[in-house]
Order: sequence, then C-alpha cells, then structure tokens
Amino acid sequence: MENILQLLSNPIVSAVLMALAPLLFILPYALVTIYIEMKMAAHIQNRLAYMQTGWHGTLQPFADILKLLQKEDIIPTAASKFLFILAPYLVFVGTYSSFAVLPFSSAFIGSNIDLGIFFLIAVSSLVVVGLLMSGWASNNKWSLFGALRSAAQIVSYEIPSALAILGVVMVSGTMSTQEMTHFQDGGIGQWIIFGGNLPLWQKLSLIPFMIILFLIYLVSSMAEVNRTPFDIPEAESELVQGYNTEYSGMKFAIFYLAEYANLFLVSAVVVILFFGGWTSPFGTFLSGPVWGAFWFVTKGMLFVCLNIWLRWTLPRLRVDQLMYVSWKVLTPFALLCVLAIGLIVVM
Amino acid sequence: MTFEQSVFYVLAAVSIFSAVMMLLQRSPVNSALYLILNFFCLGGLYLTLNAQFIAVVHISVYAGAIMVLFVFVIMLLNLGDEKRLREHLGIRMYFGIAFSVALLAELLYILGFSSANAYVQQSPSAAEIGTVEYLGKVLFTKFLFPFEITSFLLLAAIIGAVILAKKKVVQ
Amino acid sequence: MHSYIPIILMVSVGILLGSVFLLLHRFLGPHRPNPEKLSTYESGMPPVRSARERFSVKYYMVAVLFILFDIEVIFLYPWAVNFRTLGLFGYVEMVLFIVILLVGYLYILKKGALRWD
Repeated sequence: MENILQLLSNPIVSAVLMALAPLLFILPYALVTIYIEMKMAAHIQNRLAYMQTGWHGTLQPFADILKLLQKEDIIPTAASKFLFILAPYLVFVGTYSSFAVLPFSSAFIGSNIDLGIFFLIAVSSLVVVGLLMSGWASNNKWSLFGALRSAAQIVSYEIPSALAILGVVMVSGTMSTQEMTHFQDGGIGQWIIFGGNLPLWQKLSLIPFMIILFLIYLVSSMAEVNRTPFDIPEAESELVQGYNTEYSGMKFAIFYLAEYANLFLVSAVVVILFFGGWTSPFGTFLSGPVWGAFWFVTKGMLFVCLNIWLRWTLPRLRVDQLMYVSWKVLTPFALLCVLAIGLIVVM
Repeated sequence: MTFEQSVFYVLAAVSIFSAVMMLLQRSPVNSALYLILNFFCLGGLYLTLNAQFIAVVHISVYAGAIMVLFVFVIMLLNLGDEKRLREHLGIRMYFGIAFSVALLAELLYILGFSSANAYVQQSPSAAEIGTVEYLGKVLFTKFLFPFEITSFLLLAAIIGAVILAKKKVVQ
Repeated sequence: MHSYIPIILMVSVGILLGSVFLLLHRFLGPHRPNPEKLSTYESGMPPVRSARERFSVKYYMVAVLFILFDIEVIFLYPWAVNFRTLGLFGYVEMVLFIVILLVGYLYILKKGALRWD
C-alpha cells in the first residue's frame, strides 16, 4: 500500500495518470452517448431504436464496437496511403489534447495553463487540418467535397465563437479555465451568464449581452462539430459520409470517437464559459472536488443532450445560408456584444 | 544538460528534419504536412523561451489557419505534381539559390565571429515577459502606435484578398 | 514550460491509443483485398477521373478572411485580459482598432465577397 502511494506521488507517474484520466472518461462517455443519441432520435421520430441486444438494446454500442473491430481495413489504391492513415490520428490527437485544459473539478485538471481557453481555440483548428487531410488522401469526390465544406464551415464559425469566448474573458479577466470557474463559484447567481461575480448594476446590465453571447457560442459550437442543422459536410443524401466515406473499421471508429469527444468538449466549454464549470448551483451545498466532477459532467451532458435534441429536430441548412449566418449575423452581433461589455465593465 | 536544453535539442533536430523533408517532398500536400510539423517544433521552441502566448498564437495562426489556406490554394491551383510548379520557376530558381547561399554565409558569420555567444543566458524576468498580461500591458501602452498601424495593415490585406479573388472570378 | 508537459503527454497518449486501435484491428479484422474492393467509391460506378480537380475560389476567399479576422481576434485577447487596468483609454484604443477593421468588413460586404453563389 505504502509503495503504491509513494509511486503515485512521483511527479512523472502522476503526470502520466493525469494524461490517461480523460481517456477513462471519453470511452464510457462515447458508449453512453451513442446509446442516448439513438434512443432520443428514435423517440423523437416515434420509433423504438435498438431493442434486441440486451435490455432495451443497452448492449448495442458494445456490439457495434465488436462489429467495427471485425471489419476489413480498406485503403483504396487511389488514396495517398501515408496521409490516409495519418488523418484520423491528427483529428483524434487534436481533440484529445484539448481535454487537457478542461477543469473536471477543483482538484482535477490535466494542465492548468494560463492560456487555457485560448489553447483550446488553437488546437481546434488542428482538427480542420486533419479533416482536410482525410478528404484529400481519400482521393474520392465525396470525401474531398465533404472535407472542403467542413473546413470552410468550421473556419467560418471559429470567428464568432472566438469572439464569444472573448466576451467571457473580458468579464472574468482570465483565460485560465480553472480561474474562470473559481470566478463563478458561489451558486447559480454568480455564473457568468448572470453577470458573474461583479457589482449588482453591472451584473444586471450584462445579462442580456451574456445571453446573446451564449446563443452565439452555442450555434457556432454546433457548427464546429458538424452536426445537423450544420451537417452539410456529411449530408448523407448528397455526400454519402462526407470526408470519411472511404474509411472503414477502426479508422472510421476513431473519427466517430473524435466526433463524440468533440461534442462533449464544446458542451463542456459552454459550461465553463457561462454555467459555472464544476461549481454547485447551490453555493457551498453539495460542493467539493467529487461533487465538482459530478456537476461538471452533469451540466456537460445536459448540453450534449440539447445538441442531440436539436440535431433530430431541425432541418439541414444550405451552404449559402450557413455562410450568411456566420459572417453576416453572428460575427457583427458578437463584435457589438464585446464592445458593449467593454463599456459596461470599464465604467 | 538541463531539461530545457534537452527539449531544445530534440525540437531543433526535428524542426531541421521536417524543414528538409518539406523541401524534398514531391507532392505539395505532403510538403504542407511537414510544414505543420515544423511549425509545431517552432511553437515548442517558443515555449522553452517562456513565450507562452506567442507559442500558442503561432500554432493557432500558422499550423491552423495558414495551413488551411495552403491546402485550399494547393487544391485551387490543382498543384498535383511538382513538375508543373517547376515550369513556372525559371530564373527565379537561380535567385533563390543566390539568396540561400547569402543567408548561409550570414548564419555562419553569426555563429563563428560575432558576439552571439554572449546572449546564451535567459533573462531572469523572461517568465514574466512571456505572459499575456505583460504582453497586453506593453502592447497597449508603449507600442500603441504600431498596434494601431496593424489595423491598417489588416485592412489593406482584406482589400487585397477581395480584389485578387474577384479578378479570378471575372476571368 | 513545465505546465505544458501534461499536454505533451496527452498528445502521446492520443497517438498511442490510435496505434493500439489500428494494431488490434490488424489482428482481429480479415484481410482479403481485391481490385474491386480497393477501387474508389463512386456510387457503384467506375470512378471518372481523379477527385483532385480545381476548386472554386470561394473556399480560398473564406480561408483568407478567416486568417485576417482570426488575427484581429488574437489581438483582442491580450487586451481583454487586462483592459480593467488599461481603463477607458485602452477601451478607446480598441474601439479605434475595431472601427478600422469594420471598414474592411463593410467593404467585403459591399463587394459581395461573402455571397456564396
């Protein structure tokens, strides 16, 4: 026992454990979310979804994994082999390393760097490069179109989302995700969507702008994970599977896993930015490092479910509508909000 | 050798390797990929100098945004093979060789003869200088004028981009 | 510098995990390639030409504008972190910066560079 404790206190060992911890979250999370998504989709559309494997189909995600493992790994002859294999790595590594700056609770964060939220923006643009690589390497028309559209879309929506994050940074005065959460500690009234930890009149005048910023971030985060109503990159009816059309077996699974991990990532960022991160909504009641993790994951999952709900409710946008929303609606509004917040805080 | 030093040597070696590989690749997309690797190493080198913000901005702008642009341009111009690129080079290639020889001579001079060795020590306040807070403080007080000029530079770039792209459409 | 070590570790974990997945797959999955299977998927037709054709200039436009606005936003971040200490003066500076870029934005709108058709 003592040996184990000693081993755990070794900085290298604890760093490695910290690096592995998000994985222990992502894998079960992905299984659960795939199940939730299929069930929610089915019930929204008046269907039953999985019923055969296990009680109400609960074993279906495991069956899916087994199936993917047994599939043949196909690399088309026309593809560029090296890039074809590299692309899923780039996408997954980009997504996974962003989990380093998520504060799961007051006691756990992979790496508490000062630049926290800014690092996230930087790394998310790497995923775009990975998607482009996959489309180019496949040398397939569907894949290439999907990848190009996806890149153009993600890149366009990164501006409003970065501006929305900027508004929060202005209010909290920090980019570190952990400090941002501490700023909102003390119950639901202290959350940034309600103006954070500022004097009363500032809080009241900030609320409308924070709500607008929240909506802007929500919309652009949905676009960045390529889900309906922003799923033009993988519009099944016209582009087969988009950028991962040629991928099969585990390579496809990695894309799939990265997509779901990304979904939690953007939901978690919404929670950190506007809804108090790991803080309890009741102030000191039910707070502490373990409850912190509980609140963080619960709030995150709520937004994941919101995303799923919207995905199965809304129709798909056209490309020109998509560009219109990003460049002509969200960006100017976000900029105006930033200026207004600046005026309120500086006064 | 300290930890920082060993990190520096690893990053330096990888960045030189990726730079050479970038030049040797036949397909422009592969070159672009090695360029990303190179940018990452440079970002790491900034980190060893305690310039955190610059490091992350470097990765965000170069490895992210500029790379997307490069890949788009490669696809736009359909630079499938290097052969077509070489047809356009001509006399520029000789200029390129001349300039790189000059650069090499310059580097050798700095390494061999100048007083560069006097600057191997990092400033004790380097960790503070690299933070965003410090950067913001200096940028918006001492270097205010260059900062405002930057906005004109960006404006000029926007206009240039629109004009270039529009011209292509008309053709 | 030291606070970035966990991130480097996470990158290696990501790479490792990908490799484990692919190796697992190599041992568990079948491997019976044939030319039909390895051909490019094009809805059951034999593929016509390469996919790597020339692309619309619109994508290039979006990428360039993204870079320019991205740089603008990056300039805003150091300001956002300590604009409380900079006060009203800092705010006016930033308004000036944004207004100049808004001129560029309006120019783009007027020229219709963001119109997608």
